[in-house]
Amino acid sequence: MPPASPDDSVSAPKIKTAAPRSYAPAASSEIKIHAKDVNVFYGDKQALFDVNIDIPAKSVTAFIGPSGCGKSTFLRCINRMNDTIPTAKVSGVIEIDGQDVNLKSVDPVVLRSRVGMVFQKPNPFPKTIFENVAYGPRIHGLATGKAELEAIVESSLKKAGLWNEVADRLHQPGTGLSGGQQQRLVIARAIAVGPEVILMDEPCSALDPIATARIEELIDELRSQFCIVIVTHSMAQAARVSQKTAFFHLGKLVESGSTEDMFTNPRDTRTQDYITGRFG
Amino acid sequence: MLIWLSLLFLALFSSVAFMLGRGRAVKTAGGVARVLHSLPGYYGTYAALWAGVPAALLLLLGAMFGGRVEDAMLQAQRPAVVRALAVDRQAVFFSDAQAIASGIAPSEIAYEGELKAALDIKVAEAQRVDALIRYSVLALAGVLALAGFLLAFPRLSADFRARNRVEGWVGGLLLTCSIAAVLTTVGILMSLVWESWRFFQTVSPISFLLGTEWNPQIAMRADQVAATGAFGAVPLFAGTFLIMLIAMAVAAPVGLYSAIYLSEYASRPVRATIKPLLEILAGVPTVVYGFFAALTVGPLFRAFFNGIGAAMAGGPFPGVADYLMQVQNQMALVAGVVMGIMLIPFVSSLSDDIINAVPQTLRDGSYAMGATKSETVKRVVLPAALPGIMAAMLLAVSRAVGETMIVTMAAGLQAKLTANPLDTVTTVTVQIVTLLTGDQEFDSAKTLSAFGLGLTLFVVTLGLNIIALRIVQKYREQYD
Repeated sequence: MPPASPDDSVSAPKIKTAAPRSYAPAASSEIKIHAKDVNVFYGDKQALFDVNIDIPAKSVTAFIGPSGCGKSTFLRCINRMNDTIPTAKVSGVIEIDGQDVNLKSVDPVVLRSRVGMVFQKPNPFPKTIFENVAYGPRIHGLATGKAELEAIVESSLKKAGLWNEVADRLHQPGTGLSGGQQQRLVIARAIAVGPEVILMDEPCSALDPIATARIEELIDELRSQFCIVIVTHSMAQAARVSQKTAFFHLGKLVESGSTEDMFTNPRDTRTQDYITGRFG
Repeated sequence: MLIWLSLLFLALFSSVAFMLGRGRAVKTAGGVARVLHSLPGYYGTYAALWAGVPAALLLLLGAMFGGRVEDAMLQAQRPAVVRALAVDRQAVFFSDAQAIASGIAPSEIAYEGELKAALDIKVAEAQRVDALIRYSVLALAGVLALAGFLLAFPRLSADFRARNRVEGWVGGLLLTCSIAAVLTTVGILMSLVWESWRFFQTVSPISFLLGTEWNPQIAMRADQVAATGAFGAVPLFAGTFLIMLIAMAVAAPVGLYSAIYLSEYASRPVRATIKPLLEILAGVPTVVYGFFAALTVGPLFRAFFNGIGAAMAGGPFPGVADYLMQVQNQMALVAGVVMGIMLIPFVSSLSDDIINAVPQTLRDGSYAMGATKSETVKRVVLPAALPGIMAAMLLAVSRAVGETMIVTMAAGLQAKLTANPLDTVTTVTVQIVTLLTGDQEFDSAKTLSAFGLGLTLFVVTLGLNIIALRIVQKYREQYD
């Protein structure tokens, strides 16, 4: 595969100024994910209570809240990752484009090819960089030939802003990359399947500030193509990258709305206490 | 008896030293334990260690080597009448002298005249020497105990670092234990190498390693025919290899698949039932597998192949039919299959641990991509676990190569160079057993060849283990 030309606009990330970033424009009105009365139980313990939220398409929605508040649990409901936990039980309705994901007729395998996920700790497979990105296209049979597969890998790596760094070592192990590069590699891996939604579960919590800034820029770039839902511990991060924010507390969705409103004018006192650092 | 009494007494003395040491430390601190550098118990332990350990070591050394010293002292001077005796008779003379001296019944040889006089002198000398050694060891131990205590006791003061010293002693103890294990291994290896070297002086290593005929029977009398045996080890290693291959053909897929099932597919209650059952299989003694092979599997396989032979009789391959009808109970296949069954829990338990060590985040990552369970297992979990699984297989191979009991009972004793699993074969380990069981003189090529085989086998299994460890180390840092 030829190395990317230096003037490749997609792969060259725009260096942003250090000036405080303005809040991104308001969320688009089109609803991608609609959740109604979602309850989740782990065995006898109830982890989520009657969560209702609409998540807009082509924008970034942030879930914030103290540890154990259920924000990751709710995220894992959207692509049915809770199915892998034997004791988990989910009730209520979660619709993506009007289709309930929890129906028996919905195959989680197909669902997850539409809803990609990025985890807290970078988890590249112990394979080469190329094989990591080609994994999804291979198992879903997206490419008919070697050339097509290579094209998918290249465009995914470019979208994830990693191409320039790895173009000359695609066949070295993905585990040899730095933490931030690994996280962008798994984002490229998720993009390669062509999802509509990307779920990110605290994607920067294991990264240093510079790698975090790089990922945040990437999230901002990806917003034009994907519906992104991000769980984060950092309120500053939520403020920087998201257009919509939802605050979870003790398994309940306390408040959700445009990020700007949430941080300047919270309606609930619990939200106010949390974002002003009084607890959590 | 005396040594037990003295050890008991030493223990008492140590306890007293502990009390005194502890008391002195507390006293120097003016009764305030907080002022002490270490907890009061450490001061007591320090005093007790110095009082007890050197003396105890001396007592043990005395018990171990006192007899040797006594022998040497007694035999240093041999009267002319004794020297006139044959060498083995001299040994009996001295052992009789010692027996009479300590009041045990001597041999039935009658001593008369000058010999009787010499014996009486030696009996008296033996009693003297025995008492001398015994009491000097005791006295020396007493002095050591007292000196140790007197050395340690004055040192004890509030700022004396008793904890560090005691920890030094404990470190020394741990070091001694690990060195003991290493030294034992070195000792075994040295004896193996030494005896093999003696063997290779009579049989050249080349004819041993490359010879294809194994017939270690050596004539008892010089005038017997076939006075020199044949020591070509190739048939033995071929037999070992054949049985190992059959065993791994059984153990590798069954063990690996059961590990995959247990770690990836089984529900918790199923896993909780099957895993202990498999581990029971690992606890069955190999001799039980041996008679299972010889009495159950062997006749079963024989009946099976004889039946096929009978069915084929009159068919287009009369030679094959005749051969199958003559298959015996003992064959490589039986030993290999049963050994494979023995190795299943070994392979599955090791592989299960390795598969479980693959981080859950990798599985989550794969599932989140929309991979099915089988895709996740085949494309992510197994490749990640592969180095460890390879290492587990190599460990299983080295166990198969070293296994003796099953092969002795189920594979036969005849050294044949064959790749036919229905034939009787023999292995290296079986030959070592047959060469060394019973009364043997360790100076003929026949018995010494066992050491040659043992050394070669040791090198092979050591090589396998080293390769296995290397593989594990090389790929260990891969996930993380």
